[in-house]
Amino acid sequence: MTGTGSAVITPEAARAVIRRGLAISAVALLGVAAVYVLALGFTPTEARQGLAQKIFYLHVPAAWGAMLAFSLVGIVSALYLWLHDPRLDLFAESSAEVGLAFSAVMLTTGPIWAKPIWGTWWTWDARLTLTLFLFFLFVGYRALRAAVGDRAERARYSAVVGIMGLLLVPFVHVSVYLFRTLHPQPVVLKPSAPSLPWEMLRTLLVSTAAFTLLYVGFVTTRYGIGLLAETKGGDDAA
Amino acid sequence: MSRLLPRPLRLVLAVAAKDLRLELRSRTALVSALVFAALVLVVFNFARDPTAVSATDLAPSVLWVTLAFASMVALNRAFHAERENAALDGLLLAPVPREGLYLGKLLANLAFVGVVEAVTLPLFVLFFNVDLGPALAGVVAVAVLATVGFVAVGTLFSAMAVRTRFAELMLPVLLLPFMVPPLIGAAQVTARLLAGRPLSELAGWLRLLALYDVVFVTLSTLIFPAVVDE
Repeated sequence: MTGTGSAVITPEAARAVIRRGLAISAVALLGVAAVYVLALGFTPTEARQGLAQKIFYLHVPAAWGAMLAFSLVGIVSALYLWLHDPRLDLFAESSAEVGLAFSAVMLTTGPIWAKPIWGTWWTWDARLTLTLFLFFLFVGYRALRAAVGDRAERARYSAVVGIMGLLLVPFVHVSVYLFRTLHPQPVVLKPSAPSLPWEMLRTLLVSTAAFTLLYVGFVTTRYGIGLLAETKGGDDAA
Repeated sequence: MSRLLPRPLRLVLAVAAKDLRLELRSRTALVSALVFAALVLVVFNFARDPTAVSATDLAPSVLWVTLAFASMVALNRAFHAERENAALDGLLLAPVPREGLYLGKLLANLAFVGVVEAVTLPLFVLFFNVDLGPALAGVVAVAVLATVGFVAVGTLFSAMAVRTRFAELMLPVLLLPFMVPPLIGAAQVTARLLAGRPLSELAGWLRLLALYDVVFVTLSTLIFPAVVDE
């Protein structure tokens, strides 16, 4: 069940996938650069938060990318256990690694914003805790993959963790929410969410599109690298 | 075993009985887990400043962190015996459906963790001078609800972890995120029970714990074949 039986992937084909991934990533990075220009030059500064609010245009799309990656890992894992197609496993692996990078961006940009606005780097708010757990689940998934030698076994084990993780997320969210509402936090300076002015929404949408494209580009590249590793005989022969 | 029970149930009980018999004859794992739990309690006692934090404020979290760690030790051992001499292959060849195998393992682990909890609770009362009194029945009930959930996930994960490198480290890394909802729930409910709060305050938590049990016992049972079948 290694997939090298009928559909043999040549190194050239794998390199073509990598090239396509890099091209998409390059376009996406240009998009992210455009977001910087748009956010700093053409979007009004938020009245109360000032310049600190600009990080919103990176933080929220990164969080979106991490959630997207995580959901796809869960869904594709379920498909893998059903169809046993090794390409699905490779996709899940790629998506999890990119998701790990995105959630690292989300977890670093968040506190940078929170320190001037909330006055603290970290608080045990429901959403913060949830994203921290997304990160931990990605790390656990990655650690498990590294610790299993046999290829088919690694695919099955990580698929199990991927599915279980997706189901865990709502439970973490509800329990942290119950925890918080019963134990109110010190009141933090949190802006009540007003409907976003058009200029801000536009920048956010452009940024979300750029980050989604970045996700596609990164995953494609990583997928191609995985294919290339397979043509080289891989690190193991299942 | 009683002929009156339906066959699937007998198979589950046979698997559980096998594990428990093994445990009772060696006793090393059980004794180690119990000593471990007692030691964690002692360490906790010295990690707090008795003049600053009262024992009752800290008690619920101490109890549940101790039980979580002790369960982790217990769960690490769940599939250990099956690794030796390819015993798992023998089990898989037995005419027991995979789901029955999982449920039998789950039952044995629940019994094991249950014994550890039953011994830890009085020790906890003794060391931390907590008056359980009328809260006892409630604490036992919430312990059952929380334990079923994380032992269900732990049984599934330990079947995988035992066949990885760094098995002893892999299980906590994978399992601790899954222990968080039951542990938060159990600690919160225990705190409220000790404070004598009305039952209505606990309803949300109890529902969440019960839902967690249903979802993860079902899912783990269904997904277990994917772990053991080549």
